[in-house]
Amino acid sequence: MAKTESTLKNMVLTLLVITGIAGTSLGFMYELTKGPIAAAKAAKQQAAIKEVVPGFDNNPGDEMYELTSKEGFALKVFPAKKGDELMGVAIESMTNKGFGGNIKIMVGLKPDGTLINYQVLEHKETPGLGTKMDDWFKADKGQQNILGKHPKTNNLTITKDGGEVDAITAATISSRAFLDAVRVAYETYSENQSSPKADNNTSVEEGGTE
Amino acid sequence: MNQWSNFSKGFFKENAVFTLLLGMCPTLGVTSSAIDGLGMGLATTFVLVMSNLVVAVIKDFIPDKVRIPSFIVVIATFVTIVEMTMQAYVPALFDSLGLFIPLIVVNCLVLGRAEAFASKNKLGASVIDGLGMGLGFAMALTILGSVRELLGSGKLFGTIIYPENYGMLVFVLAPGAFIALGYLIAFINQVKKEA
Repeated sequence: MAKTESTLKNMVLTLLVITGIAGTSLGFMYELTKGPIAAAKAAKQQAAIKEVVPGFDNNPGDEMYELTSKEGFALKVFPAKKGDELMGVAIESMTNKGFGGNIKIMVGLKPDGTLINYQVLEHKETPGLGTKMDDWFKADKGQQNILGKHPKTNNLTITKDGGEVDAITAATISSRAFLDAVRVAYETYSENQSSPKADNNTSVEEGGTE
Repeated sequence: MNQWSNFSKGFFKENAVFTLLLGMCPTLGVTSSAIDGLGMGLATTFVLVMSNLVVAVIKDFIPDKVRIPSFIVVIATFVTIVEMTMQAYVPALFDSLGLFIPLIVVNCLVLGRAEAFASKNKLGASVIDGLGMGLGFAMALTILGSVRELLGSGKLFGTIIYPENYGMLVFVLAPGAFIALGYLIAFINQVKKEA
């Protein structure tokens, strides 16, 4: 078969047909994978909540509300309840002070603000250094462990900054950033505790009764 | 050229990474662990086979002057399909490969095979070429990933071989990618000379 000639009409027509077919098949694939992608994301979120606030029996995703931190980050708060009792909240917190940009973590707090557990959701820290934060602050070694501590009574900053937490070896900036994300979660949550009904309260409450 | 040598050339004689030095960006970027290298290699293989297949079919309808844009559209379509499928069914792998999946579009290996092979050969040969080159690429990435993972973090495919503290961190980072790749290429060249 002879090759199609490179006339303007032929070229326009060819590109039109090719992009048309490509667009249609992509739209079709999008419809096909939309459900599974959403399900995978929801499952990941649910797993993270379970990890940081164990023992709830409601669906925290349904009762999620948003709070705005002092820095202007929109934090998602997932109340974890057993029956009617509030077991704790899982807060999707973040910071922009990471070594490689934003760090997103899920922090579990008891209703009084004590840290239950955390999980790192998203980060771009250096592999082998900053990435150790996944479990560094959970390990019972030296002063690494921050679980069970209370951000108000414990000074949760690294020892270099006068705090009481050992920073990750060779990753001071990542450690600072991680603890900053924890602080953002706690401060935002505790500030909004005092307001009568925190549900869907997205207004910035500067300097609440803290 | 018979079909077998057409298939097997991608592994050694014309290996994309070790011999042609194509597709260096994902090669250096994602091979910090063996499993990431393998995942990336297989994703690229799929794109390579499918784009070679389609290009071989449509090559006669495409005017010469718009040949490259047409190939790119075909490649980008398959890359996006891979991206969405991975996001839906293997979210963990998708998270660790991240940005490098969309970047398969600009992997010169894929466009190179479409332009240099599929646009001049028949359907069957093009598919075999894509499969061979893709699997060769996957093999190279897995080897490089294994070396870096073993030296850098003391693991192989996630299994701990020796404690991480004794690992040479540099191999997990970008400079280690260059060092490991350099030695691997030197080794392959030596083997080739003797063969």
